[in-house]
Amino acid sequence: MIAVGLILGLALNASGVSADYERTIVVASTTSTANSGLFEALMPRFTEETGIIVHVVAVGTGQAIRIAKAGDADVLFVHDEAAEQAFVAAGYGTERRRVMYNDFIIVGPSGDPAGVRGMSDAPAALARIAQARAIFASRGDDSGTNRAELRLWAETGTDPKHASGTWYRETGSGMGATLNTASGLDAYALTDRGTWVSFGNKGDLEVLVQGDQRLFNQYGVITVNPERFPHVKAVDARRFMTWLTSDEGQGAIASYRVDGQQLFFANYLAPGS
Amino acid sequence: MPLGAALAVFAFPGRRAVVIAINALMGLPPVVVGLTVYLMLSRGGPLGVLGLLFTPGAMIVAQVILVMPIIAALTRQTVEDLWFEYREQLISLGVTPRRAVWTMLWDGRITLLTAFLAGFGRASAEVGAVIIVGGNIDHLTRVMTTAIALETSKGDLALALALGLVLLAVSFAVNAAAQILRDMVVRAQG
Repeated sequence: MIAVGLILGLALNASGVSADYERTIVVASTTSTANSGLFEALMPRFTEETGIIVHVVAVGTGQAIRIAKAGDADVLFVHDEAAEQAFVAAGYGTERRRVMYNDFIIVGPSGDPAGVRGMSDAPAALARIAQARAIFASRGDDSGTNRAELRLWAETGTDPKHASGTWYRETGSGMGATLNTASGLDAYALTDRGTWVSFGNKGDLEVLVQGDQRLFNQYGVITVNPERFPHVKAVDARRFMTWLTSDEGQGAIASYRVDGQQLFFANYLAPGS
Repeated sequence: MPLGAALAVFAFPGRRAVVIAINALMGLPPVVVGLTVYLMLSRGGPLGVLGLLFTPGAMIVAQVILVMPIIAALTRQTVEDLWFEYREQLISLGVTPRRAVWTMLWDGRITLLTAFLAGFGRASAEVGAVIIVGGNIDHLTRVMTTAIALETSKGDLALALALGLVLLAVSFAVNAAAQILRDMVVRAQG
């Protein structure tokens, strides 16, 4: 059965449906960038200029890193600085560059049962939500956003996992799916601004907490190490990284807007990079 | 289909076990198939050198594993019923079991459309396995069901629902075509 499937699969690939003659790279990235529509805006411009087609696999940051660690991607484009540096340090990646940032925000029902509206201290706001036992929808999927959320919880001294299944609901799915859940349950949620602005099913939710330094959300790009995985397309992967951090790529990111709002701020050349 | 028919016609030790296994595999959870195929095709897995992960090929592998048991099991049931009816006659005519398999398949072709449609239904409605092994890559491995999942997660429920209706229409059209074909064949024979 498996053998038959493999033969069919290989035959189709060989027949050129997946077009091996084309130059393609696989980018493991996050649902927050994919759901925001950024890639649809960037990739055609990159492909037009270089002839390289980009295949984006959008999963949580944790899973994206695991995909790249297994050698199943050529480029990693995620948002968890500590994990990214560890990835390069362990020899899986050759180089990491900062690409852009946006920020996380806490959204919640307009009725705001926990009374966090207008706060700019994110951990304090979370502590209040916990105290009120107001429903909070968490990604619960080891994504970059989920990790950022758990770091904020750690600062409150409350471990929300103890309340998992009661007021703390772990959806185990992507950013958009979690916002759908929050919208349906009138729950609070931590989201990146990019996904939020382009999200089409906000319902009664609105932005309640923003502006905390700790809500900073940096995205980085890493080329996967060809010494470790000889099959990765190192040249084309590098081309992608240099394009993203070129004036043109950075300009394309900065000019991407949804409803007149800028979603990502290009910062490759910002001080400290 | 030949596999299912052979299971009905040939008697061999352990046939019951194979039949039970095929029937059980009809209920294979797609995500488990997806995960298994993913691990096999990953560069770290035994078939990683083929470079099939995140390609349409990987999706075909998963779909074949999901659909084959359904078609085989339904075929076996149909052919077994026919075999019960024809057995004496075919044996007295000196037909070899191998020929008998093809005769059964041809004779039961109208009923066997149902097996085909069940397989088609499973494959076209499937999302769990193909999203894992295909990666839902735009213009490459994004199919109707994974596009619906993506649009839903973007909160664009209207587009997701519209895509769902299109998928439903396609399924309806295929089934209607099968029904018309069946009616035509029946009329031609009658």
